[in-house]
Amino acid sequence: MAHNVMSNGRDSSAAMLDVQDITTFYGNIQALKGISLHVDQGEIVTLIGSNGAGKTTTLQTISGLLRPRTGTITLGGKLISDKPAHVVAGLGVAQAPEGRRIFNRMTVMENLELGAYSHGKPDPNDLARVFSLFPRLEERKTQIAGTMSGGEQQMLAIGRALMARPSVLLLDEPSLGLSPMLVDTIFQIIQDINAQGTTVLLVEQNALKALAVANRGYVIQTGQIVLSGTGRELLGNDMVRKAYLGED
Amino acid sequence: MEFNGTLFAQYLILGVTNGALIALIALGYTLVYGIVELINFAHGEVFMMGAFLSLSAVSAFGLVSGAGWAQIALVSLVAMLAAMLFSGALNWSIDRVVYRRLRSAPRLAPLIAAIGISFILQGIGIYWKGSTTILPPNLIPTDIRSVNILTDWLGLETRIRFRALDLAVILLTVPLLIALSWLVYRTRTGKAMRAVAQDRGAAALMGIDVNRTIATAFLVGGILAGAAGFIVAYYTNTARFQMGFRYGLFAFTAAVLGGIGNLNGAVLGGLIIGLVWSMSDGFLQTYIPWWGAQWTPLIIFGVLVLVMVFKPTGLLGEAVPEKV
Repeated sequence: MAHNVMSNGRDSSAAMLDVQDITTFYGNIQALKGISLHVDQGEIVTLIGSNGAGKTTTLQTISGLLRPRTGTITLGGKLISDKPAHVVAGLGVAQAPEGRRIFNRMTVMENLELGAYSHGKPDPNDLARVFSLFPRLEERKTQIAGTMSGGEQQMLAIGRALMARPSVLLLDEPSLGLSPMLVDTIFQIIQDINAQGTTVLLVEQNALKALAVANRGYVIQTGQIVLSGTGRELLGNDMVRKAYLGED
Repeated sequence: MEFNGTLFAQYLILGVTNGALIALIALGYTLVYGIVELINFAHGEVFMMGAFLSLSAVSAFGLVSGAGWAQIALVSLVAMLAAMLFSGALNWSIDRVVYRRLRSAPRLAPLIAAIGISFILQGIGIYWKGSTTILPPNLIPTDIRSVNILTDWLGLETRIRFRALDLAVILLTVPLLIALSWLVYRTRTGKAMRAVAQDRGAAALMGIDVNRTIATAFLVGGILAGAAGFIVAYYTNTARFQMGFRYGLFAFTAAVLGGIGNLNGAVLGGLIIGLVWSMSDGFLQTYIPWWGAQWTPLIIFGVLVLVMVFKPTGLLGEAVPEKV
């Protein structure tokens, strides 16, 4: 069972995003075995775990790409787990998905405009904010997105999600496949985004970096939350150090 | 043997007009394929149904002989709009009722369903207008049909015929092609269509209603097919329940030739097929005595095979840059 490193028996009903005991299946295979987590307004919360533990499945279920068989997900108190992905997006959940999944054959600008699809027209302020976070994207506005480098594509994926001005930003493995220097940049930008007021749920394999920037974290193993606590607590936890930080 | 320039120009005109019509139908194939990777084999029949509806619309007006240009133009426009609406709604309904249910089925299932629907629509066509070739109800009087712009209007000394009818086909087709291009590349709906075509899941994450966007592609493809149905019926002055088969097959070939999923490719492919079609049907006979229209499909599909061998993505189709 999941247990808190520190017993903070807080009430999660005030959470921005509240995931309650969800189970998600691929056909007959159960990927999530009752996941509960919450993200409060203004927090960075990270979900760490190894390959195949269910991190991406959790995010896809929150976004509505997958439907939980049981359990509920609410956003600002409003039930979203019964709604399709495009409705969930319109309600304020944006995701920069695993593998970036930018629109390769469109320009950088078109990708950003699609990020703001729910709003109809992109807001110039959002665009200015994205360009100030990622000056590279402004330089490459008219470039076909698929021809950019991996790091630039990751910036575009995050920028595109920000264009929706989300209540909660879901980031799925933003550091995957990037050079160490770029990884640092991306994590810095995640903190900047959060400092500007965006609530972030961050899925990462790079547990050390993720826990360092997160207010709180959850450890997921084979579809279950096995540990939770503040970033600092988890960084100091023996099990986390052995399993995810590669210490003996 | 000497090159007959007049004859060549004549078949060039025929080829371009036919090509524009094929392009209009080919765009329906390519739009739908681009977005759901389904070859909508019922598309030719949607075109045929549009043609049939336009015939009914024209006879509802009951034009008497001696109608003026303005009246003809008005009835034409109304009949064409009716055909566009009808074919658009038909194609949309087919997606809503059949293909949408098969969205997550193996890819063979919607393909077989498409073939089934094409048979059903042909059956409806026979029931509606009979199984023989029919003459469309009176709309364009013969004297207007045969007006030659070059000699009758411009007073040129030439044996080339460029009829007002040919010009009308171009004037009706080109704005539709431009409108489509505007829709796909300039509007929010078009952007959503391209996004869904590239990555359905990512498009949904942007807040795009994927099913609705796919339905829009079917609607737009059907609208173009309906317009083509009216134009073909009155350009060739015939209609038949099987007309969708030949035009559909040539249009599908045009779409593949140009690079399926690529709009410009469909137009280019349509023009090539139209030109090959007219040159083979007529021009080649001047030089090869035993040549005839029966060889046309051989040439058209021969060209297709050659392009597929040397450029499998089609003329304008390209391998997408994908970075991991």
